[in-house]
Amino acid sequence: MSNVRSQLTVSLWRGGEDGRYQSYQVPLRENQTVLDVVTWVQRNLEPSLAYRFACRVGMCGSCAMTVNGRPRWTCRTQVSRVADGGRLQIGPLENLPVIKDLAADMRPFFEKWQQAKGAFAPSKTRADPIETIRPDSPARRAADAAIECINCGVCYAACDVVRWNEDYLGPAALNRAWTLVNDVRDTANVRRLEAVAASGGCHACHSHQSCQEHCPLSLNPTAAIAGLKRRTALAFLKGEIEA
Amino acid sequence: MNVRLYLAQRLTAAVMVPLVAVHLAVIVYATRHGLSAADVLARTRGSIAWALFYGIFVLAAAIHAPIGLRTILTEWSPLRGRSVDAVATGVGLLLLATGLRAVAAVVLP
Repeated sequence: MSNVRSQLTVSLWRGGEDGRYQSYQVPLRENQTVLDVVTWVQRNLEPSLAYRFACRVGMCGSCAMTVNGRPRWTCRTQVSRVADGGRLQIGPLENLPVIKDLAADMRPFFEKWQQAKGAFAPSKTRADPIETIRPDSPARRAADAAIECINCGVCYAACDVVRWNEDYLGPAALNRAWTLVNDVRDTANVRRLEAVAASGGCHACHSHQSCQEHCPLSLNPTAAIAGLKRRTALAFLKGEIEA
Repeated sequence: MNVRLYLAQRLTAAVMVPLVAVHLAVIVYATRHGLSAADVLARTRGSIAWALFYGIFVLAAAIHAPIGLRTILTEWSPLRGRSVDAVATGVGLLLLATGLRAVAAVVLP
């Protein structure tokens, strides 16, 4: 009798907020990703299964789900790395409303991104010459360290403070604000610092560092938030922002 | 928590660090030297220095603690907004009143 497992037992969240986990048997393959497993179930067993993906190569940030209790990009997660005794439990991202099955409603996530003034406010028009930015300047280095975020929502789903405080803007929005605060071309920093210094902003962070621990790009939103805490405190003491 | 509360909490924490150290040293000194309540009161009554020391301590604690309590209530209780502020302010005033009463009891001649 062979000990080699040929089937994977997969529990998938079915339904909306009041749904439940349902089990499926999925053939185990070599180099199989969690997204492959979800897709196999949808194509072979449950055509109505709702889930979200686009690029399949870790660039778009749309396939994040909760895999065996941890938020992950399913497209870049090998089953062999996370299957616990041949078992997988896959649910929608936490801390967000469930639309259906594995698809979480990302609206609160992006609304908070906007609340944190995450949009670039240019100081020049396209008619102006391109501004020269030194890549080794401290401000640009700080912006570059945080700029690769693709808004997958993994940090937001992993954050304890987001879970406990519905007003908290969350790691991704604050991380984005930090990149713009350090962008010398941006003109909206007073409004931005006021937005992140308000209730539910950067000062609500307890520095648990779950965002940093779970970020698939190894970004460090906790450090960005700490930077915002310092910058807003200084701006407030100097009377540059109102709170 | 906003930047105003954040700064108030950090500044009062910074004020209390040396005060806690001196307070603990005083406790150790008093117990090691077998000071009775009468001995302690003899040193504190009429002392402007001890009145200032514990007066500032009480004031800092009465600001610091309610800010932390406010965060805990926001995250762990169904209370929100003004109700949280009311409870936190109430606790702060209670700490201030009981603390200042205790200070008065040991420093007033």
